[in-house]
Amino acid sequence: MSTWHEYLQGGKPVPTWPYPIRYGEERELETDVLVFGGGIAGSHAAISARKAGARVLVVEKEATKWSGNGGAGVDHWLSACTNPCSRVSPEEYTQRVLEDCGGYDCGPLRYVVARESWDALLDCEGMGLRIRDEAGEFTGAEFRDEETGLLFAYDYVNRCELRVWGHNMKPVLHAEMRRLGVEVLDRVMITSLLTEGEGESRRVTGATGLGTRTGEFYIIRAKATILATGLPGRMWNFSTEYRSTFRDPNCTGEGVSAAWRAGAEFSRLEESYPDSGTMAYISYAVGNAHNTWHGCPIVDANGKEVPWVDRDGRELGSLEERFTPAEGQRFMLGDGLRVPPSYENQTKKLAPDLPERILSGEFVLPLYADLSRMPERERRAIFGLMVGNEGRTRVPVYETLTKAGFDPDQDMLQVPIMDPSSYGHSNFWSGVGAPQWRMWGGGGVVVDWDLRTNLPGLYAAGGAIFGAGAHSSAAASGRYAGRRAAEGARGVSLPGADRAQTDREKARVYAPLKPEGRPMGWKDFNAGIGRLMQSYCGQYKSAGGLREGLRMLGELRESEAASLSAANPHELMRAVECLGMLDVGEAVMTASLERRASSDYLNFQRIDFPRMDPPEWRNLRPIKLGPSGPESRDLPFDYFLRPPYAPSLKENYAAHSGLERGEVRR
Amino acid sequence: MSETYMLPNPPGPNRAVDFDPAICNGCNSCAGICRSDVLMPNPEKGKTPIVLYPDECWYCGTCVLECRRPGAITLVHPLNQSVSVVWKRKATGEYFRLGMKRPPTPNARPPSS
Repeated sequence: MSTWHEYLQGGKPVPTWPYPIRYGEERELETDVLVFGGGIAGSHAAISARKAGARVLVVEKEATKWSGNGGAGVDHWLSACTNPCSRVSPEEYTQRVLEDCGGYDCGPLRYVVARESWDALLDCEGMGLRIRDEAGEFTGAEFRDEETGLLFAYDYVNRCELRVWGHNMKPVLHAEMRRLGVEVLDRVMITSLLTEGEGESRRVTGATGLGTRTGEFYIIRAKATILATGLPGRMWNFSTEYRSTFRDPNCTGEGVSAAWRAGAEFSRLEESYPDSGTMAYISYAVGNAHNTWHGCPIVDANGKEVPWVDRDGRELGSLEERFTPAEGQRFMLGDGLRVPPSYENQTKKLAPDLPERILSGEFVLPLYADLSRMPERERRAIFGLMVGNEGRTRVPVYETLTKAGFDPDQDMLQVPIMDPSSYGHSNFWSGVGAPQWRMWGGGGVVVDWDLRTNLPGLYAAGGAIFGAGAHSSAAASGRYAGRRAAEGARGVSLPGADRAQTDREKARVYAPLKPEGRPMGWKDFNAGIGRLMQSYCGQYKSAGGLREGLRMLGELRESEAASLSAANPHELMRAVECLGMLDVGEAVMTASLERRASSDYLNFQRIDFPRMDPPEWRNLRPIKLGPSGPESRDLPFDYFLRPPYAPSLKENYAAHSGLERGEVRR
Repeated sequence: MSETYMLPNPPGPNRAVDFDPAICNGCNSCAGICRSDVLMPNPEKGKTPIVLYPDECWYCGTCVLECRRPGAITLVHPLNQSVSVVWKRKATGEYFRLGMKRPPTPNARPPSS
């Protein structure tokens, strides 16, 4: 008796909506710092802004205690260059990353993260998160520092990537926010940013929101706002039924939509990646040797082990070599950073010619991940520590598999049988999709050394910023943006709310309660947007296709969007998400049209401009919505080291980090 | 014999999570934190929540982590996912599968935490 169908089959009447309905009722709130999204970036931003003395309000569409892409846990803590065992400096690390991203990356974000990722983790430890092996479970392991009890991943020599017990990260952050007196507003979706002024003087003055359970309308006035929303999903790939997405399906780009409509400047929106969508397997629950399972032996049906190789294709002789740099290699970068592998940064990997060797009969399917071939502490680190703490693995994988009898000490986990080409990368759970199925790339707002956007009053953190990704990046950039926003809010008087803006927004948001013509549910509409994105903005793009795609999105906006319908506040939230997705689609297609060259780094293929990364297109090409439509400009890769900024990472950090007046209160 | 009703098809993943009414006390902590509002409070106080939107579940498992009554909630992967979780016992050559009729003895070792 768990499902709605079973409830009704029991002879009960259709239950009424369990929460009060308050469509259109207004609630007015005010704060110093408004945090748009209470995930990892938003929680750290809120805590840091509060410690800096600001009144802080977090507005979260889900429930902050476990919300966001990083809300279900974390096992790797990356970019911890300043931890006491690290042999990589933040400067060396940042330069490596920027170079390996081909320059299409955000220097301030990467450097701030390299400087503060470890500090953010220490903050978490102070809140009660476990980051050290105090119990000595891993004593004697290669990856354990005996003095500090820290455990390392990927590169056991250079030690700037850690293994942590992060399954309860969000409850820990949530408790800290409560302790510090951060105001948290759950189940409210921000629908627009409020602004005042025009042109260069336009500033962000707050936001409007919609109660996702009650349908209330929120008008929030704020001296500073931090955009901390996750990477948009459901744009290309949306299945009306079987849903299995790697990223939180509630992240649909309302942050991008709101910031775009307000006039914020974005970069890298044209980037997208292949996505297997509903064809993926349960993350980390089938045989693989990727990320959390990095280093795990893979064997074929006859027990023959697939070799691991170094960057020169040389087969490795021992398991230890999977975790140490190749000869002459300075350091390796782990998975999850969204930095493409380069000769300089790459980790050890399974033989990349495995597909051909399967086709030739050298390795016989099915393959298996055989943890039992690893020493106990390595095995326990993968299946007990990391699968026990990574996002969406503690219950969905560890608890589910062990209850069903899986024992890593004596069992081999099967790798799904797939098209042989799928064995070219050890991330075997990702499965294979269609080429037009895409996933959001590195698109986000452009920021300066205060992690502030082009709009005064609007800061950003985590996945909202173009370029970087990962849990620790969200945490560290949130920590920094919170400080800068609190500083920015100081001395600013509380702005008013423009009635014309809020009235327009109310009309937009509640339109699905009175649909025009033939009412259409949100799923039907979402799938339609997905089809347009796949058709006109798929793997191969062209001016003709993109212009037609933009025209079609405009068509949807005029016709079917006016028929979007909602039977309750939940459906209303989903319908408003869909309206925002039209903005996101337009921004992505516009950016794709503006980049008149292909780019290997951006996974961007223009049929009409096939040259990959030609010199004249090696720049960030940001776009924004101006008064008379989209505007773009050239922005050099190293914009953050040119006037008005100082010429080095260190000098800019010293001038902007806000730490020169002493460390913030713990 | 219960009544036969006119109902829409059950959604793709039927269930997402399953409640054990003998253990669940209907406190709705899970409904309180579910990111997607998959779970709704039961109109009858003290009864298990209703899985209203199984098609919106992310399978993150935080409802299970939030629950204070072990065993009250079980995460149930859709069959198009769970059918691929297969393992082989090295010593005996036996094959096991998530969801099989006669599963092996559970592995009682807790995660590192």
